[in-house]
Amino acid sequence: MVSQAVTIVLLLAGAGFFLAGTLGLLRFPDVYTRLHSLTKADNVGLGLMAAGLAVQAESWAAIGKIALIWLLVLLASATGAHLVARSALRKGIKPWTL
Amino acid sequence: MDVMSLAANWTFDGLLALALLWVGWRVLASTNLFKGIVFFIAFGLLVALSWVRLEAPDVALAEAAIGAGLTGALLLAALSRLRRRQDSAQASDQPLDAETSRTARLSLGTQALLIVFSAVLFVCLGTAFLSLPPLTPGLGPQVAEQLSASGVTNPVTAVLLNFRAYDTLLEMGVLFLALVAVWSLSPAPAQLVTAPGSILISFVRVLVPIVVLAATYLLWIGAYAPGGAFQAGAVLAAAVVLILLAGENTMPAGSTWPLRATLSLGLGVFVAVGMSLMGMGRSFLDFPTDQAGNLILLIEVAATVSIGVTLAALFLGGQPQRGSPK
Amino acid sequence: MTATMAYATAGIGLFVLGLYALSAYTHLLRKVIALNIMASGIFLVFGAIAHRAPGQGADPVPHALVITGVVVAVSATALALALMLRIQAETGQPRLPDETSD
Repeated sequence: MVSQAVTIVLLLAGAGFFLAGTLGLLRFPDVYTRLHSLTKADNVGLGLMAAGLAVQAESWAAIGKIALIWLLVLLASATGAHLVARSALRKGIKPWTL
Repeated sequence: MDVMSLAANWTFDGLLALALLWVGWRVLASTNLFKGIVFFIAFGLLVALSWVRLEAPDVALAEAAIGAGLTGALLLAALSRLRRRQDSAQASDQPLDAETSRTARLSLGTQALLIVFSAVLFVCLGTAFLSLPPLTPGLGPQVAEQLSASGVTNPVTAVLLNFRAYDTLLEMGVLFLALVAVWSLSPAPAQLVTAPGSILISFVRVLVPIVVLAATYLLWIGAYAPGGAFQAGAVLAAAVVLILLAGENTMPAGSTWPLRATLSLGLGVFVAVGMSLMGMGRSFLDFPTDQAGNLILLIEVAATVSIGVTLAALFLGGQPQRGSPK
Repeated sequence: MTATMAYATAGIGLFVLGLYALSAYTHLLRKVIALNIMASGIFLVFGAIAHRAPGQGADPVPHALVITGVVVAVSATALALALMLRIQAETGQPRLPDETSD
């Protein structure tokens, strides 16, 4: 019962971060700030969700797989964000300034 | 199941189905082709999620890896080659934004006719689905009955590599023929990427061993749980595509036979196993129960390697030239 | 059962959308994408039918056939894209010759 409550809290918190990241994606002014909101918020959100699912896992092996998935997504999203930003810079898209 | 979770399930499935239709429409209707392809990749992931909801995790894995990932990569690669040529050709008679004019110059009447036809087709197909005889047991019970004789415990793998092994053999043939056809159409592009950058290169260095490990895991687990040769092959192909994208695209100047041997390994082993069973007095691909598990694993290992390399070669989109891109 | 209906409807809808796009668009890359959407729709209907069966779990035979279909679809897509690039190299336009002229 406690573990279920923990999972629900962690999943909801994770969903909150995803929501914030998506809001940023839709509302931020240029590609660089959007990338920022998307990768940062989603990585934390996924981490919270992974933690919430790990609480319910049946074995250490399953927890290990969940952790591995989170780490791989971290790695991929960081690299992906870098590549998008790099290609945007090369295309001459100027970062947004006030 | 209590009312609450039933309602939650219905809501989720309904929303997902609506999202499928909406994203599918966005894929087709976006004026910018690049945007459309990005939507297509997102669409593939939604389709994979639907397969999970339809209790088909094997298909979900295949759809995520092949339908969304590799098909998306193929489309993006084709689009960039298309645009590069258009830029270099300085197409004089055609405007460069030709790809944004989505429809042919269909007359309004033809377009209306098409829409009416589509709507009628939708209604007809929907009616056909609704009028299917309700609740037929399907082939599930028969598969479950014979599962112990198949050599594996994952029913989907049992169907793919034992009960309907002919399908899978021919499918390997289709994959092989597609590559032969692609190779005969054009040579591989001379340069795949320009300056991949140090972050991408170190990312690929870290990732490729993990990806190969994941492919091996998927291949092995396929006998008991969702996974198998096609999913593993697709993951392996992703690793090779990553290596290609990181600029490691020069092929040793020697002969191309190691590559050709790898490409035909899966089909070759499949046929060889079938033929040797015939030599032992059984029919083609009729596995003896006690050896079925080993034979399936043997075929799957060879198939995984071939599928991985073939899909990556399809991504390359042409016949590799000696001493130039692999 | 309702979930099954939702995915079957989506599948049929995607098939029809794809068919419309396939006939209305002239750009060959759009046609290839439309074919892929149609294929996804057909697979989903197939999966929905596999899911109607009573008893525990869905029917594995359609699942195996869909996996086969997914691989065949990607092979066909790769070949179609290579053909498209070849047509563009020959005619300068990623369109079928009889649809290039206005």
